[in-house]
Amino acid sequence: MGSRKHERPLSPNIQIYRPQLTSVLSIANRITGVVLTGCGFILVIWLVAAASGPDAYSQFQRIVGSWPGLLLLLAATFAFFLHLCGGIRHLIWDSVRAFELKQIYASGWTVVAASLVLTLLSWVVGMIIAGQN
Amino acid sequence: MSRDACSTTPGHALQVAPPPVLPWICTSKWCDLGDAMTKTDAYFIRSSDQVPQRSLFKRYPVPHNFGVSPGSRIERGRTWRAPANATRTKAFEVYRYDPDGGKNPRLDTFEVDLDACGPMVLNALIWIKNNVDPTLTFRRSCREGICGSCAMNMDGTNWLACTRYIDETDTPAKIYPLANMKIIKDLVPDLTHVLAQYEMIEPWLQTKTPTPGRERLQAPEDRDKLDGYYECILCFCCTSGCPSHWWNGDRFLGPAALLQAWRWLIDSRDEATGERLDGLEDPFRLYRCHTILNCTRTCPKGLNPGKAIAEIKKMIVDRRS
Repeated sequence: MGSRKHERPLSPNIQIYRPQLTSVLSIANRITGVVLTGCGFILVIWLVAAASGPDAYSQFQRIVGSWPGLLLLLAATFAFFLHLCGGIRHLIWDSVRAFELKQIYASGWTVVAASLVLTLLSWVVGMIIAGQN
Repeated sequence: MSRDACSTTPGHALQVAPPPVLPWICTSKWCDLGDAMTKTDAYFIRSSDQVPQRSLFKRYPVPHNFGVSPGSRIERGRTWRAPANATRTKAFEVYRYDPDGGKNPRLDTFEVDLDACGPMVLNALIWIKNNVDPTLTFRRSCREGICGSCAMNMDGTNWLACTRYIDETDTPAKIYPLANMKIIKDLVPDLTHVLAQYEMIEPWLQTKTPTPGRERLQAPEDRDKLDGYYECILCFCCTSGCPSHWWNGDRFLGPAALLQAWRWLIDSRDEATGERLDGLEDPFRLYRCHTILNCTRTCPKGLNPGKAIAEIKKMIVDRRS
């Protein structure tokens, strides 16, 4: 009998557990929530810029209109729709509906597909409106 | 072990259940392609016994020692070669921990002679113990998925080693103990904590009315309500696969215990429903469940702990109104 130097080790969890649609969408809902909180601050900055006069506003618009700015806006749009669709999925679950495994996977992939489509759609609509002005 | 009994066909001949109803995504004619179907199968899970054949990532993109205390870090172990006369072999990477000697856990590689052992992962572990390293330690008993002893993490998901085909595992197969458990030795987790959590939900019939002179009767339809919940074998695959339990396992009861809580809440003979709900209505015990649903994905008995927990939450809301 050797002396035990260690406490009993903890077996690995996140380090080895397979990412699955269930856990990936759960963590994605959290991450998009955090991202959207950040977007809320940026929205406030936008409003403050608009209230501060044309110079501040046009500077803000220039930054957002640049390529990195547009990419971030695209990511933010996707985050918005993923969080929205994921939230609706959670509301359905809260009423104890759609808990069978195949429904969990069907709704999960629907959330992913719907977020992509809605992001694309809102950008196409946005581009058309922007093109008319 | 008789070779005839266990090495004639590789596993799949034994599988009985045909795939259930096709998912909505693949019922239409345009999608009815044999190969494509198998591919969607990998991403569209209809029953928990589907093995995750494909996923974008085999593990989360975190460092191997992310949040791991120094004593729990896994080191490289040794490799045990297959016998020289073996023709069909497969490597198994197995988590090892020896409580004596004060060393860290390690990952040993065993080359298993597939022609000399049965079709299941449990058969491979027994083959290793009998033929290679008798110190390899794991729990097993029934070898048919009813005792829950051999629950472990295979290729990143929790399941019973006795009902997982070797054919369905990666190469090398990665065998770890149940995730997020204190390890006694090798693949044997210390279940004291999760069993104490099970005890907390008081899994026994509680009554206030005088004990009748005969059994407490239950209508068949009331008995039916227990279906899908009473079958739990307490293997703790679900609790061990729950990220919420990983981070808050000290206070969150976990899916296994909560599924049992629901089983007693809906038992028509039980008369302690109110007290049971009082005991559960707590920010941590119940509400640390964020409906991740790894539990339902991994249950080797095909039960639905995630749904049971949602039912409890709803019952608490309903009794307020």
